[in-house]
Amino acid sequence: MTLLFTVLIPFAGAALVALASHFGRSHSAWAAGAVTLASMALLAPLAPLPFAADTLIQQQDWMPALGLNLAFRLDGLSLLFAGLILGIGLLIVLYARYYLSERDSMGRFYAYLMLFMGSMLGIVLSENLIQLLVFWELTSLSSFLLISYWQHREEARHGARMALAVTGLGGFAMLGGFLLLGHIVGSYELSDVFASADHIRAHPLYVPTLILILLGAFTKSAQFPFHFWLPHAMAAPTPVSAYLHSATMVKAGVFLLARLYPALSGTPEWFWLVSGAGLATLLLGAYVALFKHDLKGLLAYSTISHLGLITLLFGLSTPLAAVAGVFHISNHATFKASLFMAAGIIDHEAGTRDMRRLNGLWKYMPHTATLAMVAAAAMAGVPLLNGFLSKEMFFAEAVHIAEGHGSWLLPVLVTLAGAFTVAYSIRFIHDVFFNGEPVDLPKTPHEPPRWMKAPVEILVVLCLIVGIAPAFTVGPLLAVAAAGTLQAPLPEYQLALWHGFNTPLMMSLVALALGTAIYLARRPLITWHEAGIGCADARVVYNALVSGLISAALRVTRAFDTGSLQRQVFLFVGAALVLGGAPWLASNTPLTGSRAGLPLDAVSLTAAAALILATVATVAWHRRRFTALVTIGVVGLVVSLAFIKFSAPDLALTQLSVEVVTIVLLLLALYFLPQHGEAEKSRARVGRDAAIALVAGLGAAALAWAVLTRPYDTIAGYFLENSKPGGGGTNVVNVILVDFRGYDTLGEITVLALAGLGIVALLQNLKLAAPLRDATGRLWNADAHPVIMATLTRILLPLALLVAAFILLRGHNQPGGGFIAGLVTAVALTVQYLANGAAWTNARMRAQLPPPNPLPQAGEGANVMPTPIYDSHPLIIWGLGIATFTGMASWAFGHPFLTSTFGYFDWPIVGKFELASAMAFDLGVFLVVVGATVMILTGLGGLHRTEPVRPETR
Amino acid sequence: MEALIALVIGVLTAGGVFLALRDHTFPVVLGLTLLSYAVNLFLFVMGRLAIGVPPVITETASGYTDPLPQALVLTAIVISFGMTAFVIALALKARAELGNDHVDGLQHEEDRHA
Repeated sequence: MTLLFTVLIPFAGAALVALASHFGRSHSAWAAGAVTLASMALLAPLAPLPFAADTLIQQQDWMPALGLNLAFRLDGLSLLFAGLILGIGLLIVLYARYYLSERDSMGRFYAYLMLFMGSMLGIVLSENLIQLLVFWELTSLSSFLLISYWQHREEARHGARMALAVTGLGGFAMLGGFLLLGHIVGSYELSDVFASADHIRAHPLYVPTLILILLGAFTKSAQFPFHFWLPHAMAAPTPVSAYLHSATMVKAGVFLLARLYPALSGTPEWFWLVSGAGLATLLLGAYVALFKHDLKGLLAYSTISHLGLITLLFGLSTPLAAVAGVFHISNHATFKASLFMAAGIIDHEAGTRDMRRLNGLWKYMPHTATLAMVAAAAMAGVPLLNGFLSKEMFFAEAVHIAEGHGSWLLPVLVTLAGAFTVAYSIRFIHDVFFNGEPVDLPKTPHEPPRWMKAPVEILVVLCLIVGIAPAFTVGPLLAVAAAGTLQAPLPEYQLALWHGFNTPLMMSLVALALGTAIYLARRPLITWHEAGIGCADARVVYNALVSGLISAALRVTRAFDTGSLQRQVFLFVGAALVLGGAPWLASNTPLTGSRAGLPLDAVSLTAAAALILATVATVAWHRRRFTALVTIGVVGLVVSLAFIKFSAPDLALTQLSVEVVTIVLLLLALYFLPQHGEAEKSRARVGRDAAIALVAGLGAAALAWAVLTRPYDTIAGYFLENSKPGGGGTNVVNVILVDFRGYDTLGEITVLALAGLGIVALLQNLKLAAPLRDATGRLWNADAHPVIMATLTRILLPLALLVAAFILLRGHNQPGGGFIAGLVTAVALTVQYLANGAAWTNARMRAQLPPPNPLPQAGEGANVMPTPIYDSHPLIIWGLGIATFTGMASWAFGHPFLTSTFGYFDWPIVGKFELASAMAFDLGVFLVVVGATVMILTGLGGLHRTEPVRPETR
Repeated sequence: MEALIALVIGVLTAGGVFLALRDHTFPVVLGLTLLSYAVNLFLFVMGRLAIGVPPVITETASGYTDPLPQALVLTAIVISFGMTAFVIALALKARAELGNDHVDGLQHEEDRHA
């Protein structure tokens, strides 16, 4: 649990930090610092465990049905990374407080930073691979937010998008790789993966798995050819670059290489792919870095080059190389973070990062200059600094491999890369702090505030003491981290400054001398580079790829979606027919099954004939819309008769009441729409549609026939047996709705409520011309509210409501229930609106409220003045509330959501009766149905209230 | 009897599909209503046809039909009503905003592919 909270604290802290920014600029920085410290404090007591050769694994159920656990792991490697993430994170928090200007939102920055920190911790502390991937994607997302922090800048948005696209693509590939790995191993837990390392390497799926996982690692760690996003991510504020490109984001890729090193390394494929990509990246980054005039550009390519170095080390697959890789991860994090911060200070105090204008800053900021020089020397691999140690180990391994393979190409190439590293490190120092006078700076440079330098100082001191006395400082941590990486006994190595005059030392000296020479010859080299290779830009390729992809997607979309609903429906029905018909035609299944049918009777035959005739009439007369409405009503009635005939009284009642409201609804719609359709313009289209409709009808009939003539198994037995003893009701359909499948019903009434709300939102402020006369010239409402009908409906209303109450109450045991009772109530209310007018009914529906407007006179043609509409929102809210709370009430008794209970009570006079909690649920259903239906009908019926009457033009 | 029900479902589907393919909103609404009838009937008869055996527990009942498709269809009827109402609201909105009742919101059908 502790590890889980270590990871979750920054996520929770993000909200806290954002909130704290309301109280002042420094408050969010303090809050962010406190959050980081809290996470550290949780982790600190566990830190001794890896030193005692203990791997801590903490598990928590997440989705047990899928075999996924929340599993966290703390071993040496995770500890090293968690320390870097939290430690450097804390320094960044301090630094950013002074870096961000008045215009930048502190809360937003620190909130994003905390999200990112939490995601990174999640990666390094994960035991479960799928969980690791979730955090991996979270780092992509949160780094997107951080890189695009200055949203107003085009290059920040572009850089962030590019980083997200490249790393997101890699994450997707990695998901595939992890799924394959899980398939091979049979588990996503790292412990199991390590245990079956040999099995993985021998598996036929090893190569695809490796390539997919490497794609994820290489895109994240900016390895060639995916390196191009990293320089563009420099559009981020410098604290972000210092964090993402030293200790975190890009290190996630090499972390993954280290994490899966025991499981995947040691094969020729691993060797060539990983060390190949690493070597190419190392050389490319070191070379390009020299030619960048932008300080952060230089550091960006230097980062790429160092990541290449680390990747190359893991690729070499010897235990010693892996130790060197882990060592260089921590060294690079310290010196690169301090260099980025120094670059940020220079940018902040001098107003530019262009090294052609920044010269001679030594005079203005000697303190910062000293710090930058030490860090740059560490980057170049100068003795007495930490960079020297890991570089020596790297050179030694290159020589070792060369001796094994008999080719000296690798040592030569890495020495060359070392020389370029020296050259750009010199350029960073000499061009900026010496080399004459500054050129046209926007402001006069000076030393930064005291506390802005403090993080740089701490990191530089670390570089020094690690460099001078490695065995006494970083030694033990490196040993456990390397042991965590290898998951095997450590090879013998010595952390010392002096190993005697050996080949690696000679290589270092050559690199130093050659690098100085390259720097001295930089002017002609830069001219030569910028005339040639410098013009090549991976961004052009990327942009071409992206725009090609987008236009291809647009073409596909346009091919299917022309903005025509008709075409869309045609494609949809056609696709359904092909997908449904093809397998059937291909198979030899007979159409008719073995089940004996029911005999035909005259009544059914007559009813079916009526239904078919009415359907045909509806289709044939659909342009005479009012007539079509009458015939479709017949269809609905016969359907409810069919429900009665085939033992479904509940359905018949529902269908009947829905029929009434649907017809009223369609009538309302017809009032605002043309009453006659136009003749079809294209006979060919009518023919085509008729053909497809016939095929669809045939298909549906054949399917129905095929099913109906086959015997089947049902799970109905369970419901029939348990309905009375378990649910307390004899109407099984109702018990299923409110009890067995209550959760579904809750969802369904929510959908209905949303439909009602959506309709009200759609119709808001809608103005529609209300016609006075129908198509034949008759007045629509010569007598709007006939006296007999009005009187009768008023008498009927209490009766109808009584019936509804009766249907609601008996629903649990006899046909009825909330749905039907709700619809009956809605019909009763609708009839009031129809017979007495909206104004009259609304006034009585909301009798308790004073009418906001003088009541209009109803019955003056269609010219009804604005009327207050009865608002049925509360009904829906109450209904959903009652249904939900009934469900939650079972929690109080320690049962799952929506567990129902019932009991029998004695009440004098009335006698013994039953009460079930499901009945309260049904009451909720009832209220939602009434509320939504009335809301829909009054919404539509009240449409013309805002529009003065205008005769239909057509 | 099964053949008759299959025929009815087929006719309802054919009518519904044909009307749903028309170019004005009102027939499309009618078509969707017919299709809902067809689908609801189809789902309902998945419990097979049975006469006189409603799924209401009594001591004298000779048997019960399958209650599960009935429960499914009951909510489906109510939801299709909600859907029909929503489509009508959309149609009216389109009529008000675009000034016509073509499904694609067009003044003239000739603007589109023939």
